[in-house]
Amino acid sequence: MADVPENAPEHCPGTGSEQAGKTSACQGCPNQTICSSSKPLGPDPAVQEVKERMSSVKHKILVLSGKGGVGKSTFTAHLAYGLAADDSKQIAVLDVDICGPSIPKVMGLEGEQVHQSGSGWSPVYVEDNLGVMSVGFLLSSPSDAVIWRGPKKNGLIKQFLRDVDWGEVDFLVVDTPPGTSDEHLSIVQYLSNTYVDGAIIITTPQEVSLLDVRKEINFCKKVKMPVIGVVENMSGFVCPKCKKESQIFPPTTGGAEKMAADMEVPFLGKVPLDPRIGRCCDEGKSFLTEIPESPAADAYKQIIQKILDYCGKKLEENQFEIVKD
Amino acid sequence: MADGKSDQTLEEVLKSIKHVILVMSGKGGVGKSTVTTQIAWTLYNKGKKVGILDVDLCGPSIPRMMNVEGNDIHQCSAGWVPVYTDKDQRLAVMSIGFLLDSRDDPVVWRGPKKNAMIKQFLSDVCWGELDYLIIDTPPGTSDEHITVVENLRHYNPDGAILVTTPQGVAVSDVRRELTFCQKTKIPILGVVENMSGFVCPHCSECTNVFSKGGGEALAKSCDVPFLGSIPLDPSLAQSLEEGQAFIDLFPNSPTLNAVNTITSKLLLMESSGDQ
Repeated sequence: MADVPENAPEHCPGTGSEQAGKTSACQGCPNQTICSSSKPLGPDPAVQEVKERMSSVKHKILVLSGKGGVGKSTFTAHLAYGLAADDSKQIAVLDVDICGPSIPKVMGLEGEQVHQSGSGWSPVYVEDNLGVMSVGFLLSSPSDAVIWRGPKKNGLIKQFLRDVDWGEVDFLVVDTPPGTSDEHLSIVQYLSNTYVDGAIIITTPQEVSLLDVRKEINFCKKVKMPVIGVVENMSGFVCPKCKKESQIFPPTTGGAEKMAADMEVPFLGKVPLDPRIGRCCDEGKSFLTEIPESPAADAYKQIIQKILDYCGKKLEENQFEIVKD
Repeated sequence: MADGKSDQTLEEVLKSIKHVILVMSGKGGVGKSTVTTQIAWTLYNKGKKVGILDVDLCGPSIPRMMNVEGNDIHQCSAGWVPVYTDKDQRLAVMSIGFLLDSRDDPVVWRGPKKNAMIKQFLSDVCWGELDYLIIDTPPGTSDEHITVVENLRHYNPDGAILVTTPQGVAVSDVRRELTFCQKTKIPILGVVENMSGFVCPHCSECTNVFSKGGGEALAKSCDVPFLGSIPLDPSLAQSLEEGQAFIDLFPNSPTLNAVNTITSKLLLMESSGDQ
């Protein structure tokens, strides 16, 4: 059985079993009282509700990184902008970084509020085909701190997935906080019954960052989340005066490309460190439309194309499998 | 508190520690661990006894930066023995990194488990006599922070250093952390602006890669001290990658001056606080 803990006594019936805590094997087990007192819970009913809500969402992509400040929100925003450049596609961005929501600022939506409708919360729209949801829209002032422990954060994530009226969406891009904790487990758990394309892992080139990112890739492997690929952000810095490149964050251990090869996950590309990207984020504008003729914009476009290819192929395979079943 | 016994130990542990400083930031990757290590090295070089406690459980960076990766924690009768980075045992480190089997193991824990670990870190490590205990935290205002602050609140910690980078996106997250400190009544020692400007090694042109002045403006608008800014220096990043003391490698660098200024301000604050 799947729910038998690794260090359980022999013949453990499994923590989710009807017999949990009641069989002879449970005698003397330190967790016997826990097992016998709690009723078999079964899956959270919300998982099913999320599935229904998400049935109108074709592709779901998570943006993850073990490390903070590597550019998850920047990449999420630009992936969304890039995908939304195709008018026929409907794009949604969900920011589950509850304690440090950056998406409202990066996408120029600071101060916006969420509206209620009969069918749920309405996302805030940047363009007709680009909707955004973040805890930032629920706060009364930008300096408000969300001082919440895990369970409360999980409750909000559940609401975001279940109660937001996204409508028909082609791509849902989920921006996450750094780490491998409550938010990540919750989002994976609530989406477990739905079709998820996979996760994009963002890192910077230096080992201190790769160290955390390897943990995140192992997290994905543990929870069986496919990894679409790794993006190296802040890769090299080209001095605007002398045009020479320097490595601000030195890839002392070979950078993300080598790490991706070692961990056997695809490498999607490098985005150079361009101060104009940061400026666009501060001003809430799209770098892709502000400065389209730049190496960084090209890098973004190539990476987005790779993600599109991956998602198209993956969905085809998935549909084939459903037919086969 | 429910567990009276562990509370007792925490009191005993903190009795022999003169100063407790928290390093915080709402934003990730702004240099909390970098600032923590640099301040620790500087204090160490001034002859102080320093301990670093890394409560970033999902992404511990301190072991790598202090070049003590792969060390194991030993037990003694009083609790866990921290890992010492030097021979005369004046610079001690404790991190979850030492408790993992492999450096790539993810710590996939929800809040309650993280809280229990942090409580143990606070009460069960035998630091001995310390001049400074610097606590490095993960980004955010959630379980780790609430637990640390809840446990330390009764023992009058010196306060928190808030680290930010200059760009607006980071500053707005750090402003939330400031609200957290105010709500939980943790004094704010000041704001440090990291990754301030980058001096091109080829032409010496200074570029503000992540904008400029955000930290100072934040400190001003929220009426808290501004401790200083640390430039974006690839040699600092390099030294941290290799886990070497920047202070020993580049004793004349302007970056080090910046760190020194910040540390002196801290020392000044503490000496005036002592009187």
